[in-house]
Amino acid sequence: MTDTTSTEQVDSAAQFGSSRVKRGLAEMLKGGVIMDVVNAEQARIAEDAGAVAVMALERVPADIRSQGGVARMSDPDLIDSIRAEVSIPVMAKARIGHFVEAQVLQALEVDYIDESEVLSPADYVNHIDKWNFTIPFVCGATNLGEALRRITEGAAMIRSKGEAGTGDVSEATKHIRTIKGEIARLSSLTKDELYVAAKELQAPYELVAEIAATGKLPVVLFTAGGVATPADAAMMMQLGADGVFVGSGIFKSGNPQERANAIVKAVAFYDDAKIIADVSRGLGEAMVGINVSDLAAPHRLSERGW
Amino acid sequence: MSVGVLALQGDFREHADVLRSLGSEVTLVRRPEELASVTGLVIPGGESSVMDKLTRMFGLAEPLRAAVERGMPVYGTCAGLIMLADTVLDAIRGQQSIGGLDISVRRNAFGSQTASFETDLEVPALGEAPVHAVFIRAPVVESVGPMATALATIADGRCVAVEQGNLLGTSFHPEITGEYRFHEYFLQKVRSAAFRG
Repeated sequence: MTDTTSTEQVDSAAQFGSSRVKRGLAEMLKGGVIMDVVNAEQARIAEDAGAVAVMALERVPADIRSQGGVARMSDPDLIDSIRAEVSIPVMAKARIGHFVEAQVLQALEVDYIDESEVLSPADYVNHIDKWNFTIPFVCGATNLGEALRRITEGAAMIRSKGEAGTGDVSEATKHIRTIKGEIARLSSLTKDELYVAAKELQAPYELVAEIAATGKLPVVLFTAGGVATPADAAMMMQLGADGVFVGSGIFKSGNPQERANAIVKAVAFYDDAKIIADVSRGLGEAMVGINVSDLAAPHRLSERGW
Repeated sequence: MSVGVLALQGDFREHADVLRSLGSEVTLVRRPEELASVTGLVIPGGESSVMDKLTRMFGLAEPLRAAVERGMPVYGTCAGLIMLADTVLDAIRGQQSIGGLDISVRRNAFGSQTASFETDLEVPALGEAPVHAVFIRAPVVESVGPMATALATIADGRCVAVEQGNLLGTSFHPEITGEYRFHEYFLQKVRSAAFRG
């Protein structure tokens, strides 16, 4: 599965696809905004506006939600056209458990795979065994146990899920607060209590003990789902996110270029209300949005994955 | 005396941690007045095109250029190396650099993330023990001008670490491997620049 064509040319002792290399790319994305794009033109706008990476997909979550049907990995031609347009990292989504979509995305040489609840799950029991891949994976989580199970399966980056395609940030807030709160709680436990915590979190004891000792996840934690304004993005950063994914919020708004750039600035200066005020001026209409509380439970994407 | 880390985007916290563990006081730099308060600066890993945009939007690019010209010690890793290069190849449309290092750097020279790797490097300037280096969508120094000196090359001969006066740049990320010698080397430059004052 490993593409080694370029390997030997560089260095016969070089190690590819190690945890450090996979987690390292996420470290470099910190303090940045990853934007959903559905074509090369949007990718160009995102790169020009200061996106740190783009997520290449056929439909943004708001359209997946309104059009319904099964949502799958994007057409390789679409991914290639976006890769050809920009030089920042390109991510793409595979369905939960769909390891062949992931193999295809690795062969297409995208930079990161999002094993995503926004697409229709392909396996309601198992996630992808992500250790089998050279390419790194980001996975969604609504709480610490889910994050740790994904890291155990090899995820090199976690994003709190939020409720994608709504423009309602309340679920994103809930998920990042839950993850941060559960980490803080672990730090206060004694060793005997950590054994029980590991059992409750359904995660390996060693990983739970490591988090209790360091007070943070061993991988980068971004926030996603419902972020639509510069203030939304800055709030996620103040709540402790390392960076932000913005899906429908940019290209479903009145002025994508300006809004994308404003969100980039708000993430860099997330603790400076004056700058956030300045960049929030005159952005035109935000995406219309749906209140999560109006969504019937079967339509909540964040409940996919376990 | 405080050392700055450019904190607009990227792995600036990791650099700050290394510098603090070496006994430095650290200031995170996002504004011109913060830059004015430091005696040296690290430009971290991250996305060079984003750092370039943000430094220009928030009025840091010109003060940074002036600081480099005045001889302030600056160490750039990966994106930071790109920011310090006089010439950037494969830049995004309109991308600029601060400059200072007499080199041409090619952005993302190895290809996509699946070509990212870690390996051991000989760096004679830092002593005999090899440096464990992580290359993440890394740039390489394609040509080294007469003012700059190559400090390390990978097995195929391409240059991945350079020095020129008070400027230091690496394609790779010592800040995420527990390798402190580049930061120590940089802090020596900071101390002697402050001494000459």
